[in-house]
Amino acid sequence: MADGEEPMALDVGSSGDWDGRWRHVQKFLERSGPFTHPDFEPSEETLQFLLETCKILVIGAGGLGCELLKNLALSGFRHIHVVDMDTIDVSNLNRQFLFRSKDVGHPKAEVAADFINSRVPGCHVVPHFKKIQEFDESFYRQFHIIVCGLDSIIARRWMNGMLLSLLVYDDGVLDPSSIIPLIDGGTEGFKGNARVILPGMTACIDCTLELYPPQINFPMCTIASMPRLPEHCIEYARILQWPKENTSIPSLLVLMCLPLYGVALDGDNPEHIHWVFQKSLERAAEFNIIGVTYRLTQGVVKRIIPAVASTNAVIAGTVPSRENTALFAYVPLNNYLVFNDVDGLYTYTFEAERKENCSACSQVPQKLQFPPSAKLQEVLEYLTENASLQMKSPAITATLEGKNKTLYLQTVASIEEKTRPNLCKTLKELGLADGQELAVADVTTPQTVLFKLNFTS
Amino acid sequence: MADHKTNKDQRYDRQLRLWGDHGQEALENAHVCLVNAAASGTEILKNLVLPGIGAFTIVDGHRVSGEDVGNNFFLSSDSVGKNRAQATTELLQELNTDVSGNFVEENPDRLLDNDPEFFHRFSLVIAVQLEESTCLRLGSVLWNAAVPFLVCRTYGLVGYMRLVVREHTVVESHPDNALEDLRLDQPFPELTNHITSYDLDNMEKKDHSHTPWVIIVAKYLQKWCREHDFQLPRNYKEKEAFRQLLREGIRKNENGTPEEEENFDEAIKNVNTALNPSKVCVSVEDLFNAEQCENITSQSPAFWVMVRAVRDFVQAEGRGSLPVRGTIPDMIADSDKFISLQNVYRERALQDAAAVSRHVESHLQAVGKVCIWGTLHMWNAAFLRVVHCRALVEEYGVDTVHKDEITSCMDNPDSEMVLYLMLRSVDCFYQQHSRYPGVYNYQVEDDIVRLKLCVHSLLQEYGLTVNVKDDYVHEFCRYGAAEPHTVAAFMGGAAAQEAIKLITHQFVPFNNTFIYNAMAQTSATFQL
Repeated sequence: MADGEEPMALDVGSSGDWDGRWRHVQKFLERSGPFTHPDFEPSEETLQFLLETCKILVIGAGGLGCELLKNLALSGFRHIHVVDMDTIDVSNLNRQFLFRSKDVGHPKAEVAADFINSRVPGCHVVPHFKKIQEFDESFYRQFHIIVCGLDSIIARRWMNGMLLSLLVYDDGVLDPSSIIPLIDGGTEGFKGNARVILPGMTACIDCTLELYPPQINFPMCTIASMPRLPEHCIEYARILQWPKENTSIPSLLVLMCLPLYGVALDGDNPEHIHWVFQKSLERAAEFNIIGVTYRLTQGVVKRIIPAVASTNAVIAGTVPSRENTALFAYVPLNNYLVFNDVDGLYTYTFEAERKENCSACSQVPQKLQFPPSAKLQEVLEYLTENASLQMKSPAITATLEGKNKTLYLQTVASIEEKTRPNLCKTLKELGLADGQELAVADVTTPQTVLFKLNFTS
Repeated sequence: MADHKTNKDQRYDRQLRLWGDHGQEALENAHVCLVNAAASGTEILKNLVLPGIGAFTIVDGHRVSGEDVGNNFFLSSDSVGKNRAQATTELLQELNTDVSGNFVEENPDRLLDNDPEFFHRFSLVIAVQLEESTCLRLGSVLWNAAVPFLVCRTYGLVGYMRLVVREHTVVESHPDNALEDLRLDQPFPELTNHITSYDLDNMEKKDHSHTPWVIIVAKYLQKWCREHDFQLPRNYKEKEAFRQLLREGIRKNENGTPEEEENFDEAIKNVNTALNPSKVCVSVEDLFNAEQCENITSQSPAFWVMVRAVRDFVQAEGRGSLPVRGTIPDMIADSDKFISLQNVYRERALQDAAAVSRHVESHLQAVGKVCIWGTLHMWNAAFLRVVHCRALVEEYGVDTVHKDEITSCMDNPDSEMVLYLMLRSVDCFYQQHSRYPGVYNYQVEDDIVRLKLCVHSLLQEYGLTVNVKDDYVHEFCRYGAAEPHTVAAFMGGAAAQEAIKLITHQFVPFNNTFIYNAMAQTSATFQL
């Protein structure tokens, strides 16, 4: 640390390490302290565990992902896998520091891995340019810890469901060795949060679904006939005008939000955005609304969330400390941390509680209560609108006359078309009985959720 | 040229949505100095280079050690032996070619001896992992030159930041939960006229259901005032009665059942908002009472001329109120009604802004200056703030130390304040022993005793009757002045954002000491 010293030759040992490399980390692994976890025992072996054995999965190689990879690599973790299905965009470069202009268009996971592997000798990051859904339990089971830097609630819930599905119960008792801790972080502008989830033990993502504010969707009648804000004009162009001029499907079906054929609006295509921008200006002019700009148009169409490097750095900086494992061996106060630096700096932690009847992690069977005269459409709406369920495009199947029957499925066009008439039929007409089990599949979970149908009078 | 600009717009898009093009311009015109390219420092710079700071200069006399390479992302294995300022500049510069990176291979103490004015050129100086004596020297130079100074430190699992700036003005504070400025308690004439133009009782049903709630509340307030001796609803009981009045205003169908009128529902929900008194908030009153506002000279910064002009406005055209903000929240209404209501507020805001401009001009003329107001329209009088952070010599002075703040925080012996006292204590240790405690394993046990003595002498020197638990002395010896990367990364993010606030004059910086406890994941801000 002092200046005036002789320049040291970097003696890279057989392990790829040099003298003093891990000194900053070692003090926490090899020295006892008054505040460490009661089970913590200082040892030189912990560093070896981190370097040689511990396997971590990072999900997302974006704003948080880049920071996480750097932090983990410089903390001694060497066996890191990273999954990201995206390619690099110019607008990522203000904070995703593992990427350069020349990398635009390339897969994030691969470029990130290359950068870390070359900057931090000995670190071996394995990239996966894939969706998380493309892997099954055998992949996820190999990791000691999973850290998420995702930008989608759906993906988080899926990951949450996957780890829950790995849990092993012996005679109703949870086998702790089947638990893989999940650390989840998120940022938005100058705000961020980080939480630790021990699947089967502490609150899971679905236990606290209400913490995630619902997306703002303007009412259709406002957009269609009573615009007041520039955003309304943009949504008009996006939702109503674009499909009209870019597909051959009548607009009635557009309003029903059914899958379309034709050219989909691509938020990353400047020509598309420009078209929406022009149409929005025209709409705004009709109603004397000011404030439509190209930037606002892009923001509304792509649902852009502002982002800066500093917030991602802060949240990622809390993550390895939240691991409860070898790294610092402290017991953090609470499992959920919130950060905001709009006015000064503010942090707050609290203990998120498990929900007794959580549809994801409690073993309590979920109930559906409807009169037999209710239409299947109503059940569908309940599954998507209920605050604790918030499903996106649920597929409903039931066992009827000994056979598995799909009542409604949205995600495959041909099946959607075939099962659409069922939406208007009553539960009775569909042949469903009181106490019947319905299996519901959705993007928000890797496992089917079972519901019990109770008929009300 | 145009292409480069578009590319920059794309690159910086996500942050432009936070601080705007004018904020970005301020950032690109700034030149920041970092003293010591330790990991905490390079992490801060990373978070300034990525968003496009104009330039940075690193001052560091150290040679890169193996330990440095282990925790610093901006050093590689072939950096060992090189000057640390030079080695880190290369890898930081490469993050963003728009930024100009410079380095000075020099110990800051030497620079302070030979050329203290070197530091005068910077928009902001950030020092990390700097010994106390050098820090105080540098603090003094910067205070006298009115250059903002941000001290940042990672010590084991504790992060520390101290902001030192005489006066920092915030033009746009962007508060998270600002109250609306609707003026329903004292409507300006154009608003009153607009309200009068509505005849609720004789409107068509469709118009009635699509009248903005602001109009509805205003109309019914007029009714209420006539019946209550011109007093607005003041307490919960009266507000409830007012809500009932609104409820009765909902149209009924032939059977006497109330129709679905969502705008009336909105009106009822927003009674509290509507009745927020339109008075000047405390933070702005404080600005009006400041000496800098009272005495406008040719040296007065633009901020204070603006504040004075707003004060003049409040005392004249504003009749006790600030300039109208001009924005209203979205509400259920048909387009015409909403837009015309919005325009009433907007036009009044423009008029008020013009009046303020005239006051600005007359002050500038009086002191012989020319008016250069480009961005007057962007500020919002209610969101102006000023922050003063004490000089370090006052924090450290025996007569000027904030004894009460320290003592009352330490009522809870595990308050983050104890971490501050420990940092001060390890600095005392360094002064005495020319090293930090517990750096090598064999030192830990004896250093605990020595450090405890430092704690006692520190508390005695300042007359602080507080209890510092032995556990903290032990913990700080355990740290051995380590700089774990994750804590450095956290502080890098925190400090960089404060730096951006200082440079852009947007958002409110902390005042003046921030402590992060990475063990418990808690933090606190103290004014020391």
